[in-house]
Amino acid sequence: MNTLLFLVLQLALALVLAPLLPGIINRVKAIVAGRRGKPLLQTYYDLARLLGKGEVISTTTSWVFCTGPVIALATVICALPLLPLAGQPSPCAFDGDFLLAAYLLGLGRFAIILAALDTGSSFEGMGASREATFSALAEPVLFLALLVLVALSLEPPQALQATKPPELSFSALLGGHAALAWQDGRAELLLIPAIFFVLLLVENCRMPVDDPTTHLELTMIHEVMVLDHSGPTLACIVYGAALKLWFFVALITALVLPPMPFWQHLGASLVLMFGLAVGVGVVESVMARLRLPVIPRLLAGALTLAALSLILTLVR
Amino acid sequence: MELFLAALGVLLAAALATAILAIIAAIRPPGASASAWANRLGPSGAAVACLLGLAAVLQGPWDAILAISLPWGLPIGTCTLGLDPLSRLFLLPVFGLGMTCAFSGGLSLRHSLPQEHNLAAHWFFYLLLLLGMALVMSARDTVLFILAWEVMSLAPFFLIDFNDGDSKVRDASWVYLIAAHLGAVALIAFFALFWQVTGTTGLEALQSGEGLRHADPLLRSSLFVLALLGFGAKAGLAPLHVWLPEAHPAAPSHVSALLSGAMINAGLYGMLRSLSLLCAPGDLSAAPEWWGWSLLLLGLATGLMGILKAMAQDNLKRMLAYSSVENMGLMFMGVGVGLVGLSVYNHDMVLLGFVGALIHMLNHAGFKGLLFLCAGEVLHATGTVRMGHLGGLQRSMPLVAWAFALGAASIACLPPLSGFAGEFVLAVSMLQAPALPGLERQIPLFLTLGGLALISGLAAALYAKAYGITFLGQPRSAFSANVHAPKPVTLWPLALPALTCVLGGFCAPWTFSLASWTAAQATPLPQEFLPQRLEVWSRIYESLSMIALWGGILLGVSLILLLLRAALLRGRAVRREPTWGCGFQAGTARIQYTDGAFSEPLARVFAPLMGLRRQSSPISGLFANSACLYLAAPDRLRSGLFTPLFELVLRVCDACKIIQHGKIHLYILYILVTLIALLVWGLGA
Repeated sequence: MNTLLFLVLQLALALVLAPLLPGIINRVKAIVAGRRGKPLLQTYYDLARLLGKGEVISTTTSWVFCTGPVIALATVICALPLLPLAGQPSPCAFDGDFLLAAYLLGLGRFAIILAALDTGSSFEGMGASREATFSALAEPVLFLALLVLVALSLEPPQALQATKPPELSFSALLGGHAALAWQDGRAELLLIPAIFFVLLLVENCRMPVDDPTTHLELTMIHEVMVLDHSGPTLACIVYGAALKLWFFVALITALVLPPMPFWQHLGASLVLMFGLAVGVGVVESVMARLRLPVIPRLLAGALTLAALSLILTLVR
Repeated sequence: MELFLAALGVLLAAALATAILAIIAAIRPPGASASAWANRLGPSGAAVACLLGLAAVLQGPWDAILAISLPWGLPIGTCTLGLDPLSRLFLLPVFGLGMTCAFSGGLSLRHSLPQEHNLAAHWFFYLLLLLGMALVMSARDTVLFILAWEVMSLAPFFLIDFNDGDSKVRDASWVYLIAAHLGAVALIAFFALFWQVTGTTGLEALQSGEGLRHADPLLRSSLFVLALLGFGAKAGLAPLHVWLPEAHPAAPSHVSALLSGAMINAGLYGMLRSLSLLCAPGDLSAAPEWWGWSLLLLGLATGLMGILKAMAQDNLKRMLAYSSVENMGLMFMGVGVGLVGLSVYNHDMVLLGFVGALIHMLNHAGFKGLLFLCAGEVLHATGTVRMGHLGGLQRSMPLVAWAFALGAASIACLPPLSGFAGEFVLAVSMLQAPALPGLERQIPLFLTLGGLALISGLAAALYAKAYGITFLGQPRSAFSANVHAPKPVTLWPLALPALTCVLGGFCAPWTFSLASWTAAQATPLPQEFLPQRLEVWSRIYESLSMIALWGGILLGVSLILLLLRAALLRGRAVRREPTWGCGFQAGTARIQYTDGAFSEPLARVFAPLMGLRRQSSPISGLFANSACLYLAAPDRLRSGLFTPLFELVLRVCDACKIIQHGKIHLYILYILVTLIALLVWGLGA
């Protein structure tokens, strides 16, 4: 596929459709709770409103406060083109690009944490500390889960040998090996989407880990870090969070879908992505937020599962 | 080579001149002008020598192997100096950081009182340290190597002891001296054994490995263990790291920067050099597999321990010292991967493992030097490096804060800065695991990569804390509220290490080529691997170029978004208000999150490894009285392993005192008894 066309399509889909995901999640939660809920397009309205406003900036802050959210948004935008689109390998793929993507998201988190600490508020420090802790603990889980895919992609099935992305790239890892391998009866790989789903919840501050909707700042992680941001800077944060959610959802989708013709794959991907958003909404509706000391256990559980499926994959 | 000798000559001449000044200052009543002269002479001598040295390193082709023999008055060994790629690579941080730290030190010491400090003596030992490091990296003879090693190990004792009025500083320098000497004991044993087996002291004669080709495997393994002990103690490999967190906070910051960025690299250099001695080229079975695995595991343990202990510290310089331990752990992991690859014939792992370690070494010198120098500026401006007392420095000393932010982002391995390049190559070297024969090798290597990910995640959290608590928010105490901000003019020495942080990221393909030529020359791999070497080189070169490109794109996108934001805000109301207190009105700067609070969730998870000691008297009663919480993170290995060990030695020595009582007639009796015993033994044989 044409490089330019791929990039335009990849970025356009993500940039346009990403704010729909939080809308779907909220609508599902509302329906489960028996309410009508916000409109599906609420995030778009919010973004438009925020972009039209001025800002209130804390007197304590420095350049970090305004630059952090902008950098965080830029990192997600830069990480997106590394993902394959609808089964087509990314033209930007290179050996080890998934490491770059993981660390780019890390840079975004680093920037947001610093922006939160810049306000000098103890609440935002609290959020920053929790975010730093949980993302540090999530890192090995992400790596081990990716390593399972590395181990799996060594013997590419016949169907996939036509397209040859670099060996250790996202495009090679997510090219549909996992789906084909399930069809061969490798049940241990079922763990991998589950692990990525847990990572999605942790990295995007969703329900069992973080509760974005409480009335109490003390219990929040992501939302409390951005208390002082307003106007276009807050729009950067909201949009960046939506794009990051899109990144993880797209990752899981690319992982589970078997190879298909392009347009078919694209349609199936979109359906599955919005389906995953519905899934997140259901999880949020049926679960309460975990106590903070319990979250490391959740991550440790995911880590153990990842190690287990790695070992099982290697044993085969 | 002439340039290199000229650099050594300048170092020696400047050292002599400062020695004379030091003696004069010691005899005559101290004068301000003599002190100022010494403070000009020392740094400028060091700078000239370092520039010459850098020119010598970068002159000519990188692969050229040069050597020169000088007259030598000792009955054993020769005075042979040489430059090869490995020496050149390790000399880069020595000279680069040597120059930067000399300038920075000259600027920070210019107001010290001649009654308190003999600056000429300080600069004498600084020059001696530079000379020692340059000789260690270029010595081609074991005797010369050991002599240079001793010079390099002794000079820092006097440099660390700069503020010798403080008992803690004196204590720290003693800890350093003992650690340095225990390491040297292992090294002397290593080289003596080597000499005994091979019969020569020349390093390049040994490098062909001929002498050891048929050596007993047990002998080679004991040589490996001795090298690991000796060089590991210098590099700060756990559990021999205990001197680093003591020495680095005690030393003046420009000295800590040089020790941390350049001197501890000597441990890695020595390890690589002795590996090329122990494994003959073309003889891959030379390295038993457990060498590689033990280095890998030690590296991983050191890295994890270092980063967790760093997380527990509230002293900025102590935290940086533990972080050096962690980074050394990462480098040894790379060496371990390379050795494992060597013993299982996996060429990609050999190249990438060693190259990852070397790139990380180069980059670490840059950002750790920068961070220590920034910590020094903070100490100068505020009078403390305890993070709990700092805060808000971003606005009172913005240049230092920017430099620290740059260094922090680099060392947290965030793209597009320099730290990521080394981490990337290390991670890719471990991704070669599926090519290993057997599950028992693949699984541990993969799990090690998980460990690497954990370390880098923790590093990001650690440096977010270090920068955020120290420089952002509001001043937490009078220390940081009344800042004597340094003049921007005095901060120019920070520019060079800051530049390496940026260039190390964007020019990573170039650094990678440099390091891979070096590794290819330094590792004993047979020639038939050349095509594979080129293949893996070009693959990773391409990846690093893409990463550099992506870094550029990231900067571009960020810039566009920032401009967009500025355009949107033009003409709109942007108000400055106090931080929102969530309804709490009477907040003060002291209710901000502190460093201890920030790392509390992690301290809970890793409590057994972090070893936090907490004492608290909690708030009680309806009308609460005072309450306190005291957190400390003493080094458990020091208190639990080394203190009992040395106490045991002391007790044994005390017990031996019985035979040393001062009665001469009994001493003569000992001699007689010994003589008779020897006679009987001799007759029996």
